[in-house]
Amino acid sequence: MSAVMIARKVRKWEKLPGKNTFCCDGRVMMARQKGVFYLTVFLIVGTCSLFFAFECPYLAIHLSPAIPVFAIVLFLFVMALLLRTSFSDPGVLPRALPEEATFIEMEIEAANGNVPAGQRPPPRIRNVQINGQIVKLKYCYTCKIFRPPRASHCSICDNCVDRFDHHCPWVGNCVGKRNYRYFYLFTLSLSLLTIYIFTFAIVHVVMRSVDSGFVKTLQDTPGTVLEVLVCFFTLWSVVGLTGFHSYLISLNQTTNEDIKGSWSGKNRLQNPYSHKNIVKNCCEVLCGPAYPSVLDRRGLTQDDLPVPASTATQSNPVPQTTKTTAPLIPNEHTPDDAKPSIADSAIAHAEKRSPSPKKEIPPTPTKVPPLASPETDVEASVIIAKEKAL
Amino acid sequence: LPPQFHNLQELRQSPSLATKVFIQRDYSEGTVCRFQTKFPSELGSRIERMLFEDTVKTLNTYYAEAEKVGGQSYMEGCLACATAYFIFLCMETRYEKVLKKISGYIQEQNEKIYAPRGLLLTDPVERGMRVIEVSVFEDRGSSGSSPSSNVSSGISQR
Repeated sequence: MSAVMIARKVRKWEKLPGKNTFCCDGRVMMARQKGVFYLTVFLIVGTCSLFFAFECPYLAIHLSPAIPVFAIVLFLFVMALLLRTSFSDPGVLPRALPEEATFIEMEIEAANGNVPAGQRPPPRIRNVQINGQIVKLKYCYTCKIFRPPRASHCSICDNCVDRFDHHCPWVGNCVGKRNYRYFYLFTLSLSLLTIYIFTFAIVHVVMRSVDSGFVKTLQDTPGTVLEVLVCFFTLWSVVGLTGFHSYLISLNQTTNEDIKGSWSGKNRLQNPYSHKNIVKNCCEVLCGPAYPSVLDRRGLTQDDLPVPASTATQSNPVPQTTKTTAPLIPNEHTPDDAKPSIADSAIAHAEKRSPSPKKEIPPTPTKVPPLASPETDVEASVIIAKEKAL
Repeated sequence: LPPQFHNLQELRQSPSLATKVFIQRDYSEGTVCRFQTKFPSELGSRIERMLFEDTVKTLNTYYAEAEKVGGQSYMEGCLACATAYFIFLCMETRYEKVLKKISGYIQEQNEKIYAPRGLLLTDPVERGMRVIEVSVFEDRGSSGSSPSSNVSSGISQR
């Protein structure tokens, strides 16, 4: 038997499950729907271009050349942060390999004991104590893992994301542990840029109107009207969003937790991750370590490495036996099939997987009804609805 | 030491994988990366408790060092922010440096302690930092008796 050598290098990102799209040979990772992201880029670049074309020449001469310089610096900062938020891995947790999934299922079986026939098995929950508080870890049927604390499954990207904040269509990616600070700095710097452009557009109109009259000013610099309009509407949403996230950071909470009301104080549940000190919370979120990605998108897959014939035949049986072990829960594809109709209406532009996206819960009567997981799909969609409302 | 020595390469190609044990994360101190030091019963006969617990404790120390929010992480964060995070394109972060150290440590532990006992540790970073995967291979010669027969049976399996 001769060894088979694959000519083309297959990198791990090509085999990753989930609904992400990858560019630049795995260096860039985004959600599938990128339309709104392109709109964001267009709005920022377009408005800044108008500013540089219409306002800056006048203001540089009549006020100070520092004005366009600072605008350029701010613009570059905003774009750099936007691209970093959009293109980076938000903190995706890779799915469990078959052996790990089986191990976890065996532990669950052992914990549940014998379930009488016809009765629904108890929901898959693991209780852990964090800083003296009981936190429930939920089992993810798609990823076959117990989600770490603060992780959540994004139904749009079909991944579990660590410290999941929300899925942001404006940046075309999830916001999670790895890119939250970039997202926050992006909204903050965009607020500053919007205020800056808005202010100087007004100043420019006023100064010019004094010389030439209001109507003539608008005729000379038509771009100003557009800028002011865009900035006015952007201000309300982006500044509001920055304020909201500043509030969350000071409490060390995620948008997801805030929406679910995890630490609202009912049932005496307090946020176990908060240091109870605003400065410490801010430092942890914004000045914490830069977490590396655990996805290894650009690593080479194992199929690719030349394997000598003798060991190839023998090393196969071991993984085969674990793969053929049937999972203990019959409908592991529950979250996709049972996606509630709320998700469908809230995410108008989100892509549906196929083949039966509009099916209502529950699926066929012979299957065991879905357990704990579908609510997270609802949560993710509610978050997106709120994000859109902002 | 017994005359035949299970080396790392031999183990990696060996088909005689008996089972895998997964050491779970310890969330008692929050979301920092920490693994449970509780000794799993499946490894009972294969390795001394102290050795195993030392390995996990050392790993936990490494991760705590990587995730420490202190002077160095502030410096790194502020410098990176000032360069609009372009500096991350050319510089290795502190966490990545520590991960490399951990990788070397695990390799060393495998060679010195785990492979001779028919065990193999997998770096947690390859499992999404969720678990430490311990591969347990079939007991071949750890009893110490009739080592030569085990060697010949091991060779014939290949």
